[in-house]
Amino acid sequence: MSTHIAVRDLCLHYGQTCVLKNLSLEIQRNEIFTIIGPANSGKSSFLQTLNRLNELSADFRKTGSVTLDEEDIDTIDVEQLRARVGIVFALPFPLPLSIFDNISYGPRMHGIRQKTQLADLVERSLREAYLWDEVKDRLHHPAMNLSGGQQQRLCIARVLAGQPEVILFDEPTSGLDPISTARVEETMMVLRDRYTIVLVTNNVAQAARVGTRTAFFLMGEMVEVGATRDVFTRPSDSRTDEYVTGKFG
Amino acid sequence: MLVVLPVLVILSIITYKGFSALSFDFIFGMPESGMNAGGIFPALLGTIYLVTGAILIAVPLGVMSAIYLVEYSRDNAVSRLIKLAIVNLAGVPSVVYGLFGLGVFVVFLGFGVSILSGSLTLGIMILPVIITASREALESVPKSFRTVSLSLGASRWQTIRHAVLPHALPGILTGTILGLGRAAGETAPILFTVAAFYLPTLPESVFDQTMALPYHLYVISTQVPGVREDFRFGTALVLLLLVLILNLAAIVLRYRFRKKKRW
Repeated sequence: MSTHIAVRDLCLHYGQTCVLKNLSLEIQRNEIFTIIGPANSGKSSFLQTLNRLNELSADFRKTGSVTLDEEDIDTIDVEQLRARVGIVFALPFPLPLSIFDNISYGPRMHGIRQKTQLADLVERSLREAYLWDEVKDRLHHPAMNLSGGQQQRLCIARVLAGQPEVILFDEPTSGLDPISTARVEETMMVLRDRYTIVLVTNNVAQAARVGTRTAFFLMGEMVEVGATRDVFTRPSDSRTDEYVTGKFG
Repeated sequence: MLVVLPVLVILSIITYKGFSALSFDFIFGMPESGMNAGGIFPALLGTIYLVTGAILIAVPLGVMSAIYLVEYSRDNAVSRLIKLAIVNLAGVPSVVYGLFGLGVFVVFLGFGVSILSGSLTLGIMILPVIITASREALESVPKSFRTVSLSLGASRWQTIRHAVLPHALPGILTGTILGLGRAAGETAPILFTVAAFYLPTLPESVFDQTMALPYHLYVISTQVPGVREDFRFGTALVLLLLVLILNLAAIVLRYRFRKKKRW
């Protein structure tokens, strides 16, 4: 195991509001790092820092450093960074294009024009996201016609097509039924072999099912981090214990 | 009903009195014997030239301004000043645009009384319509499209070009065609900058004068005594039909794009 992402003394602010205080942690290569915690604990803000998406809000500020493969993410070209660190949002947002065009969007923006190369990428990404068999006959139909679960796997495939190293999941199953949720979780388990995964979830049981290591965030602070089994069976902090056993949150 | 009534009355009077003048020679012929015979082709062609010129000037400028306002500018003093300027530009009377065009394009820049001056003047006149329509069209594109596009590593311009503009196009087109209709019908801005009383030949370059439908209508109705009544109403009818066709095109386009909309 080697460190893929290292976070040191990270503080995040939106205007006057501090959403994350003094966070330091390391994320290993090829693990599923899960982050749990109640609403407003800074989980999603942290996640969107990793590919600098929250820079889109005008009043966002950050201090401290995040490195990807020992390179400061602020020195990496932001478009390259977002291709290397992909994100899957809570709600599936397909673009109003065909399935094929949705998945080839990222690669095309990075200058891949060749039809055969794009077709290969689309097929490989869809297979990796376990969607190929369901959509292979209608690649040129609008992506908006897919079911919610299929749309979410489409969004995963779309991220994979950018050939990332890290995939961020921001509560990816909060809008899905249990069966679709199970499929997305299976996909994540398989993807772990090739990618580093950071999963933010409201669903404590999900973190327990898929996590390698788990961090518990509460009100902008990381209360605890450790192997998922340890965090769930013998937490070192009483607040973690109360949260994972469902006493609050 | 009270609104519909005047429209119907105007339409029916103009059609009733002008329809008999409509013929191939009337639309595609040159004016003859002191505009009392022949056709209105130079005026019709002039209006088409002017409208095309105005669109070529106003659309790129208007769409770029709207993109700047919606996608790039933050809410600060500068962008508020620009928005205020646009609102004011929309409220300026058209005759003032005419005088402005005369002062700036005809005299100061030395374009003379020409199609170029007239197109520029009309272009500036319809700029606020196009900017406002384009802004609304851009703002109605869901924010998630931009977030998704950026999160996939597209640059800001790529995001606008591929994830935003295509979906704003119908609204921009509608605004453009509304501006087109307005540019076709206005008399005052072209009065000082381009319109000719009578020309025996068609214009050959953008520095030539041209006749134009609205001004031609004014001329044959008030300046030349004894022009046949059906000629005057016929000219009005052609102008009306031109604007009507443009507006109809806007409605059809908007309808077709709405049907294609998928979110």
